[in-house]
Amino acid sequence: MDNTKVKQMNILVCVKQVPDTTEIRIDPVKNTLIREGVPSILNPFDSYALEAAARIRDNDPDTKIIVISMGPPQAETMLRECIGIAADRAYLVSGRKFGGSDTLATSYILSQAIRKVEETEGRFDLIFCGKQAIDGDTAQVGPEIGEHLGLPQVTYALEASVSGEELEVRKEVDEGVEVIGIKYPCLVTFTKPSFEPRTATIKRKMAAKRAQITVLSEADFPDMDWNRCGLAGSPTRVKKTFVPPVKTGGVKIQEETDTMSAKKLFSVLTEKGII
Amino acid sequence: MEAKTKDVWVLIETKDDGTPKNVGLELLNPGRIIAGKQDGKLTALVIGNHIGDSIEAAGVYGADRVIAVEGEVFAHYTTEAYQKAVVELCEKYGPATLMIGATNNGRDLAPRVSSRLQTGLTADCTQVDVEEETGNVAWTRPAFGGNLMATIICADTRPQMGTVRPGVFQKPEPAENHAEVIRETVDVAPEDIHTRVIKLIRDMDADNVNLEGAEIIVSGGRGVGGKAGFKVIEEAAEALDAAVGASRAAVDAGWISHAHQVGQTGKTVAPKLYIACGISGAIQHAAGISNAEVIVAINKDPDAPIFNIADYGVVGDLFEVLPVLTQEILEHKQK
Repeated sequence: MDNTKVKQMNILVCVKQVPDTTEIRIDPVKNTLIREGVPSILNPFDSYALEAAARIRDNDPDTKIIVISMGPPQAETMLRECIGIAADRAYLVSGRKFGGSDTLATSYILSQAIRKVEETEGRFDLIFCGKQAIDGDTAQVGPEIGEHLGLPQVTYALEASVSGEELEVRKEVDEGVEVIGIKYPCLVTFTKPSFEPRTATIKRKMAAKRAQITVLSEADFPDMDWNRCGLAGSPTRVKKTFVPPVKTGGVKIQEETDTMSAKKLFSVLTEKGII
Repeated sequence: MEAKTKDVWVLIETKDDGTPKNVGLELLNPGRIIAGKQDGKLTALVIGNHIGDSIEAAGVYGADRVIAVEGEVFAHYTTEAYQKAVVELCEKYGPATLMIGATNNGRDLAPRVSSRLQTGLTADCTQVDVEEETGNVAWTRPAFGGNLMATIICADTRPQMGTVRPGVFQKPEPAENHAEVIRETVDVAPEDIHTRVIKLIRDMDADNVNLEGAEIIVSGGRGVGGKAGFKVIEEAAEALDAAVGASRAAVDAGWISHAHQVGQTGKTVAPKLYIACGISGAIQHAAGISNAEVIVAINKDPDAPIFNIADYGVVGDLFEVLPVLTQEILEHKQK
């Protein structure tokens, strides 16, 4: 245990419910994704952020972990899963006026929601996010929340531990792993570490079933600038989406023996001038 | 923010020694096309320390103008120092478009700049065009692990920003350097920076692996079976003068270091030839190689998803196929 520890850490983990799919279906009229019928899961990168928070609490049981998500009412299932894994309480930001938001509008809404949640839960020392959601793949919402809240950040983190007045973060960089000290309060986004994140325990799962999930809707935000939310608050818009052309012309090579296959491959690659 | 100009800016990311990363120079290529269509100047923004080579390279690869910010505080990338520099200069000059390489640092920096400037940002683009009707940049990017492509427009706010994937564009042809060089000073106080590097645990492999710049990559996955199994991969790579890649499964198993990892949690690559050996081709891996020109897959399992994206798929044992291929290549080279 770290004797220099001065305070109990108040950690917020931002999570998103994402479709778990390897096969994307498109609505040909609206040119949008059809999400119905696709199982929804906790975004894997967010589960690494939650694990990082849980590891901090492993070292200091006084640590508090809150999760927040923006999404439709169904996201409650995923928030209960987070409570089953490690979270003490969960908040869901949900409302029509939040729909259609791009990353800038989403991060604005979440930053306002975080301020709102802080009225109940106290100031957060640490805000953890997954580096990106596996549906949008933008990796922008985390840093943009950091900007709206005026917090310094570390992205691409593998692990984080409390060390006196700093959070010590192991960050993945091209050259290896960089160990960075960052002052509180701060925002950290996590990528895949070398270990598997923990899953829900039976005991926690039972408690999660009964847990109260606080829903924050439009009416809870008297100070929200609605011009910065939804489609109106989104500087980017999707002009079109399309499924990338599938490589149908793929050539299978399977000769009588592997040696013959290898020789065939070699002659094809040289004929085509590839090698 | 309002645009004061029609200019296209490209951030030239520099290494700690001040030399340019390739991706910034690559972006001068689409930058030139956009600047041409929008009737603006192509400006390279170079930030770092000892950046003489980078300033020169930006001019040689076609920038009309170089805006240079040099100082000790910019030698090693920090979010806060770089954000301050890019934001201040955008506010002063008002570019219409700003492109940044989609490296880890680029994707750390860009959202901090766009949200400060209250403008739109498109992540990790693999295609950049100009919309004929409006002159807006049309940013095209993969989402859902590469299953879906989306074209994004930022119509009303400026600069319209995008991060662009390394290796997608070729560097322009080098030419005589006509660039005007403007030196700018951005003051960053120690109290502006809330992070410090405690240490770097160097991956000894990292210096020798250049996946993003590689023309050919030979990559191994779960099917390689262990550390020793990578020997056949390395031998093939050596014969082809190629880089060695790996899937997450192989890296997670500890058979090879993370520096070699290709895919969503590793590097996105764009080689001329990618040879996937014993890699099943999960969507996360496929996302990292979607810009490879030619994909060859060698896998025992005829139903492996990698065959769906491969141009040439060999159904067979990699330990039988690959050494023969290597041998053929070596013999071919001797002729």
